[in-house]
Amino acid sequence: MKEKIWLALPAALILGLLLISTAAAQDPTPIPPAITDDQVNAIARQMFCPVCENTPLDVCPTQACAEWRELIRDELAQGWSEQQIKDYFVQRFGPRVLGAPPASGLNWLVYVVPPVIFLVGLFLLYRAYQGFRGPAVVPAAGMPTAAESDDPYIKQIEEELKKQ
Amino acid sequence: MATEIEDANGQATVERSRPRWGLMLAWLGLAALLILLFFGLLKAQRGQMKVGEKAPDLTLTSFDGQTYKLADLKGKVVLVNIWASWCKPCEAEAPFLETAWRYYQPRGDVLFLGVAWTDTDKKSSEYLQKFDITYPNGPDLGTRIYQAYRSTGVPETYIIDRNGVLAYAKISPFESPAEIQQAIDGVLGK
Repeated sequence: MKEKIWLALPAALILGLLLISTAAAQDPTPIPPAITDDQVNAIARQMFCPVCENTPLDVCPTQACAEWRELIRDELAQGWSEQQIKDYFVQRFGPRVLGAPPASGLNWLVYVVPPVIFLVGLFLLYRAYQGFRGPAVVPAAGMPTAAESDDPYIKQIEEELKKQ
Repeated sequence: MATEIEDANGQATVERSRPRWGLMLAWLGLAALLILLFFGLLKAQRGQMKVGEKAPDLTLTSFDGQTYKLADLKGKVVLVNIWASWCKPCEAEAPFLETAWRYYQPRGDVLFLGVAWTDTDKKSSEYLQKFDITYPNGPDLGTRIYQAYRSTGVPETYIIDRNGVLAYAKISPFESPAEIQQAIDGVLGK
């Protein structure tokens, strides 16, 4: 009988440990996924902090920018999409935070004016090129053409050109 | 369309006429752009707000959900303080502002409004708790207040008189509660 108890005790202990570890594995509280710096910076590099102008958020060394990056990390951990995060930042800190201004209102000019200026420039270049070639010369009525010229030198040139 | 003209040698040349409407459109577009640029530069060059100017209207929703609209606060002297939790000079003046607020709060005709600029809610709350700030504070959504007041940094403080006119501006931190008291008393005594 005593031998059976000595055998049953370790078995019960092992069984108990197994049950505890299984229960721990089935803990209903999900562990939030770890958000990497790369994930944060992928969004941060598209934004700018108004405090330090012209420095993208991913490389800005100020405390304000560090806090903004932490905010991005928190929002990513909550499952927010990139667009949701950008929208939040615009609503909260204004459209200046975006690397590219939203295409609305007068901002449209930023997207429309440069291509228009480029096209106008191309057109002007074309016009200038046409001008360099010189205007089309049409002999006025009654004026002799080169072929009809009495100048022997001109005649000779014309004949040489015909031979070629 | 082509026009035949005669040059100095008596030879006729063909000059193509330009499409006039296109040229006019290009000039109009250029003029419109220059006008926009002019007004943009004018706006950018206005500089800081001056005492005596009408204070721009502002709407602040505090962290506890109350909404304050400057236009509805006529008859009160309003102190607007723009701050950020990461700003060290703001931290230095925070206790002075709170002391001054506790002095004026019982009167009922002076209101302090704190505007958290480019700050996260978490850090703003920590800051308000750290300095035990009890007057209304809220985020500057879209940095609209900062822009409307043509601010150039933090901290900045504006005191608006009972008629909604800017009566005092401080573009640096206050050094003591007495300095704040002197500024507010000056506006109250007007």
